[in-house]
Amino acid sequence: MGLLNTKMRKHVVVIGAGPAGLETSASLSKLGFHVTLVEKEEVTGGHLKKWHALFPSLLSGKNALENINKGLNGNIKIQTATKVTGLEAVNDYFTITGHNGWQEKADAVVLTTGFQLFDSHRKEEYGYGIYENVITSADLEELFASGKEFVNRQGNKPERVGFVHCVGSRDEKVNNLHCSKVCCITAVKQAIEVKQLLPDAEVFCFYMDLRMFGRHYEELYKEAQEKYNIQFIRGRLSESTEDKEGNIVVKVEDTLLGKPLRIKVGLLVLMAGMEPRPNTKKLTNMLGLKNVSDGFIQPLDEVLRTNNTEIPGVFVAGTCSGPKSVSDTLADARSAALAVADYLKL
Amino acid sequence: MEKKAKNFGYSIARDRQIDFDANNHDICKIVAKAEPTLNLCISCGSCAATCTAGQFTDFSLRQIILLLRRGETKDLDKEVSKCMLCGKCQLVCPRNVSTRNLVMQISKALYENRMPRLNLENGK
Repeated sequence: MGLLNTKMRKHVVVIGAGPAGLETSASLSKLGFHVTLVEKEEVTGGHLKKWHALFPSLLSGKNALENINKGLNGNIKIQTATKVTGLEAVNDYFTITGHNGWQEKADAVVLTTGFQLFDSHRKEEYGYGIYENVITSADLEELFASGKEFVNRQGNKPERVGFVHCVGSRDEKVNNLHCSKVCCITAVKQAIEVKQLLPDAEVFCFYMDLRMFGRHYEELYKEAQEKYNIQFIRGRLSESTEDKEGNIVVKVEDTLLGKPLRIKVGLLVLMAGMEPRPNTKKLTNMLGLKNVSDGFIQPLDEVLRTNNTEIPGVFVAGTCSGPKSVSDTLADARSAALAVADYLKL
Repeated sequence: MEKKAKNFGYSIARDRQIDFDANNHDICKIVAKAEPTLNLCISCGSCAATCTAGQFTDFSLRQIILLLRRGETKDLDKEVSKCMLCGKCQLVCPRNVSTRNLVMQISKALYENRMPRLNLENGK
């Protein structure tokens, strides 16, 4: 069938070695395929490398990644520090080219290019990059992971910490209409972690809707209320400013009371959302896959064929086809491997 | 001599339910036609958070939109008149609602569809 069909071993190239790429590769390998996993960075693992703990169980990111990596074996060639710059369908195989001259042929391609974190500088009115005590959810994970003392930029333990939901998500001012799905539960998780580190601190979440859709998410939300007395204020921030002491003054409408509210916090955490990577768009353009408005890759069918694309032999897994949690991503990756097997064994 | 109302020691409370069926839904329809972004509001409240008028009065565009959607248009003209049309709300709205035009269209619809009032001077 394929050009590379010698000894019945078919070759699949997986682009992007975050959780989706690693799990897809491991699953494909178990199914008996040769796999090449290409990664633009020096080290595999994607965003998970920097993530301290995962909701809802607080499993450590390190532990999660170690377990995912256990699936890797000799049938998987890992090509790091290679940015894919060429992707072409030739008859019934694909040619994949890297910026450094690396090239491979494959019977099928799986795009696992993931997401990029929304750049919170773009929401200038929230003060990221302007006020020192405005950080992002990703910065907070790094702070947790570092094991350093939990202090703000002035070296003080914040008496109050605020979490801003939907930063770069559900916001047409930054051209992102979509919900990033994981930030609500991440805010609840991080709020609890802050309370565990600073039991005397007051913690506030500013939200538009709390989307606790997953199993044990609502339980975690209840725990945040019951055990940690975290306060939830329904309103979207309009802006934040800094006072003389370096505190952040937040402006929000308490929509359930119908009154504008101002509140001072020692640390403000912006729940940065997920965006499609610009390079993903370049890859789909090379293949001639049509783009949809939110920029994530469109699967063949959003209900029935979530890992297939319009081009036979090209598959998707993980957050390049829309925001997902790590557990959703891993399930999606295993599902993609079966879709590939289904295609190559025909 | 002034007539004094008799105090029975109780009063009658007005029904405070939103009587959705009895309410006036025409104003909302007219406004939505003139400014279709009305329908995009998700009641997040960023408009009211940034609003200068809302800092000193009980003006809240988020509430006005809800009152309009429920047909609670009775005192809406007074509410809308508190807006200074500065447009800060338009800068923060995550759904790109054209808030300034919305305020203008609500005023216009309310004015054009106002209930006829008694003209006491002419005795009509």
